Amino acid sequence: MIDVNFQLKGSAITVVVLAIIRYEPKSLVEELKEKIAQAPQFFVNSPVLINLDKLENPESLKKVADLLTICRELDLQPLGFSGVPDVLLAPVNKTGLAILPTPSERALKLPKQEAPAAETVVERVVETVVETVVETVIEERLVQRQSKVITRPVRSGQQIYAEGADLIVLAQVSEGAEVLADGHIHIYGTLRGRALAGVRGDESARIFCQQMEAELVSVAGNFVLQDSLPKELFKKPVQVSLQGEKVVVDALVSS
Amino acid sequence: MAKIIVVTSGKGGVGKTTSSAAISTGLAMRGHKTVVIDFDVGLRNLDLIMGCERRVVYDFVNVVKGESTLNQALIKDKRTEGLYVLPASQTRDKDALTREGVEAVINELSKDFEYIVCDSPAGIEQGALMALYFADIAIVVTNPEVSSVRDSDRILGILQSKSRRAEQNLEPIKEHLLLTRYNPVRVEAGEMLSVNDVEEILAIPLLGVIPESEAVLKASNQGTPVILDEATQAGQAYNDAVDRLLGKDIPHRFLEAEKKSFLKRLLGV
Repeated sequence: MIDVNFQLKGSAITVVVLAIIRYEPKSLVEELKEKIAQAPQFFVNSPVLINLDKLENPESLKKVADLLTICRELDLQPLGFSGVPDVLLAPVNKTGLAILPTPSERALKLPKQEAPAAETVVERVVETVVETVVETVIEERLVQRQSKVITRPVRSGQQIYAEGADLIVLAQVSEGAEVLADGHIHIYGTLRGRALAGVRGDESARIFCQQMEAELVSVAGNFVLQDSLPKELFKKPVQVSLQGEKVVVDALVSS
Repeated sequence: MAKIIVVTSGKGGVGKTTSSAAISTGLAMRGHKTVVIDFDVGLRNLDLIMGCERRVVYDFVNVVKGESTLNQALIKDKRTEGLYVLPASQTRDKDALTREGVEAVINELSKDFEYIVCDSPAGIEQGALMALYFADIAIVVTNPEVSSVRDSDRILGILQSKSRRAEQNLEPIKEHLLLTRYNPVRVEAGEMLSVNDVEEILAIPLLGVIPESEAVLKASNQGTPVILDEATQAGQAYNDAVDRLLGKDIPHRFLEAEKKSFLKRLLGV
């Protein structure tokens, strides 16, 4: 038997950040749908943090609830907001979702305003809170997730996802199989299936494979199909990277 | 402990039952006491290929449900010493098999037999999963044709993830490729995948190549496993495959088209 009713733990989760640049409900829905259609399985019930830091027209977002409805209808789960401009603080507060500090401002903003009225004891508490926050951030940066290593062939119908890490496959990836990673993907065999690197938006992610026969390769949601691959690189060792919004396939030449 | 062999493919009609009958017969002929189980509940076929359809009284489902004993349901093969058939039920469906029930039957058979050959139904549903779950060895039957190869690849993935050995983190199932209905003439004409093509895609060791042969159809209709017909290429190829399964290293045959003799070419036959 456990004699306590709860435990407090710290945990870091990966969320998709939806940074709104201009808020126009109609075009936003369409653009979102298009993006989701590129990789539907990653967005289903995906937690989303709405960032309003870059919002050009804050006035238009007075009805924040509408934006949340849009997200939920697209099967996204809004967790909270960050970078909320002052004009929107009140309406955002009403939604009941969390308001998270953007990395640059941390948690300092709110407590400071109340400082003149507060007693020294309170101030000390605030200080310690701030300290721990900073500590956790440092810790997150140091911890590196272990790459996922697969030693057996990835067969048709199998899907392997290296969450928050690189994926290394020491065998072939069959036609109809799918390998995904938040980081790079290395395949030391033939790639006949689909490989999607940087699925949470890391545009610097790359795919390396020994023999290129892929059905589809994608970096950060931008993809190319087999038909669009350069013919001369078919069945050759290649690397796939993103240059701008274009997925580029290059020969892997050992010097 | 008996070795449990599943004969599987994903795709239907590629020769699973023919191969199950041939391989179990071949093992028994070499002195290994063998039982072959038909897992295709509802679409019973193995009894026909083995030529014992008129001797089926109780079946696999009866035993699983405790309605008969194992000995009542096992049919002793009349041609081959040490070979037994456990037929499927024709009237039930695949949900009639429970994992606990199948496990109990397999454990019971393990005491008496050296090899248990499980003839899997097509597909990747309940019936097929049940047939492969307990396997130590898998024989993946494939035709030299793209859809069959893809389905075999899928079933290999399932062997790796949904079998008992996978779930309990034991040593993985030993996988073997059995290429059936191989026609070297059509391969040379580019109409059929070659052995090398299939081996490259599936990347598992090749157990044997069974040439396309009229003898197979004839043997099926007569209820005689084709392996017993040693005059035919298919029969010889199955015998080679069984020898390889038992660890012999013998070269593959029947991979090249037969060169027509001058006289035959002249006569146009």
